[in-house]
Amino acid sequence: MKKARWAYVFISPFYILFAIFGLYPMLLSLYLSLTRWKGVGPMEFAGLVNFGLIPKDRVFWQSMMNGIILFGLYVPILLFLALTLAVILNSGRIKGFRIFRTIIFLPFITNMVAAGFSFRILLEKQNGLFNMLLRIFEIPSVPWLENIWWARISLSLLIIWAWLGYNMVIMLAGLQTIPRDLSEAALVDGATPIQAFFRITVPLMRPVILFCLITSTIGSFGLFAEVTTLTLGGPANATITPLIRIYGVAFSSYQFGYASALAYTFFALIFLLTVFQFRLNREQT
Amino acid sequence: MINKNALKLKKGILNLLLYLFLIGISAFMVLPFVWMLSTSFKYPPDIFGFPPQIIPRNFTWENYTFIFQEKNLIRVLINTFTISSLSTLLSLFFTTLGGYGFAKFDFPLKKLLFSLLLATMIIPGAVMMVPSFVIMRELGWVDTFLPLIIPGAANAFGIFFFRQYISTLNDELMDAARVDGASEFMIFIRIILPIISPGMVSLGLIFFMASWNNYLGPLIYLKSPSNWTITLAINALIGGAGLTYWGPQMAMSVISLIPLLIIFLVFQKRFSEGITAGAIKG
Repeated sequence: MKKARWAYVFISPFYILFAIFGLYPMLLSLYLSLTRWKGVGPMEFAGLVNFGLIPKDRVFWQSMMNGIILFGLYVPILLFLALTLAVILNSGRIKGFRIFRTIIFLPFITNMVAAGFSFRILLEKQNGLFNMLLRIFEIPSVPWLENIWWARISLSLLIIWAWLGYNMVIMLAGLQTIPRDLSEAALVDGATPIQAFFRITVPLMRPVILFCLITSTIGSFGLFAEVTTLTLGGPANATITPLIRIYGVAFSSYQFGYASALAYTFFALIFLLTVFQFRLNREQT
Repeated sequence: MINKNALKLKKGILNLLLYLFLIGISAFMVLPFVWMLSTSFKYPPDIFGFPPQIIPRNFTWENYTFIFQEKNLIRVLINTFTISSLSTLLSLFFTTLGGYGFAKFDFPLKKLLFSLLLATMIIPGAVMMVPSFVIMRELGWVDTFLPLIIPGAANAFGIFFFRQYISTLNDELMDAARVDGASEFMIFIRIILPIISPGMVSLGLIFFMASWNNYLGPLIYLKSPSNWTITLAINALIGGAGLTYWGPQMAMSVISLIPLLIIFLVFQKRFSEGITAGAIKG
């Protein structure tokens, strides 16, 4: 059994690093969540006081709500567009397929700090490009970043821009695993392309769509650079996300104990949401 | 005959609509890049000037000279490159090694250990933010590159990826080397690594990109400007009291894109493989 010993050596770096930088921090965080601690000085044991504060933390619940609202705003559009584009590019009737795929994928390799600031210039109220174009067509300018709902829509635009190519590439790979003759047979039998899309492609692509859905769910609660560069969480906390709230409590107010309690609550909520999505998917099939 | 022409016309219109749709989406994708590039060559008054200028009437390199001379961009790029390449190389080493261990060996508790590894992938980074910072401070690693290189070096996704990749390989070569008396580690270095190098390129690109574009990590750990990475440097160009150096900021954004753009265009196929490997496994 000399071989087995080698295998343990090969896989050990993961477990060692995870123990130090994963497991230990998680346990430490659990302990911290039961204390009052400013990050320096004495740690004061506080029991469940931090968790007791969470129900009254309006900003945190607002941030969770924002995650849900953003999810509702961009996820359906993002996934629908990604699948539609994938089907079109996969159909074999498009010349320049590669060029379109490359262009649509480009935002994915862009860092979100550069992207967020670029969008802020485009969406500037007075003389941003979008409002200038509207003015040329004599349409009144839009308060892209100054109004609660427009700010959420602007953020959704940025996210769709950034993630469309990624989701499209995944859907394209998914489409290549399902037999093409199925929808072609349906078309020959007289189904319209739209019927073939909803009756054949969508059901067959279900696992891939679920994968994209779950990554997007986790993504919409974990937005950070997108928000801090484009909307700064405003107006009136309308675009703040849980991750930004936790970061602020930890590194702006230095309430390490409370931040840990928030982080654990957030983890539990996201976990439940993901399980719920899996269940929903299983029940429907 | 008429029917056939009508069908042809219908097909033509459908094709036209598809192209219009694709061109519309592509325009939306390209617009922020075009505007970023355009803004980076403008003087401040022209940035929000009406009517909008795609090609600046008063063209200037000033924004670029400013970020290189005043904002120490060379140093920033060296930092970002150092962190990204070290973390990529280290990650590739540990994840291929781990993937090999899981793919080609049988050992007690293998199933349990692998499930544990997969389970760690669902832990969101938010939970680790505070305690990781506390630990890094204890280690004296704050304001060094280490927190951005070491903890992620043996990540679960990479090990999962290479386990899939290596398990498709034939055992014959390894067995032959064993007969010749090669050690297990040498077999890994000499035989496995060369065979899986396409996969290493695919995943290495993803690691490099993720590290290059990382913002939250550097924001938490890198304090002094001389240690900053490119995302922090772009963000820092937002001046005090609502003053933003839009021109230099866009110039720096353009620069931040160039390395990844070159890598992406050269290795596009490998890149897509790295992206889709995790999602499409049936």
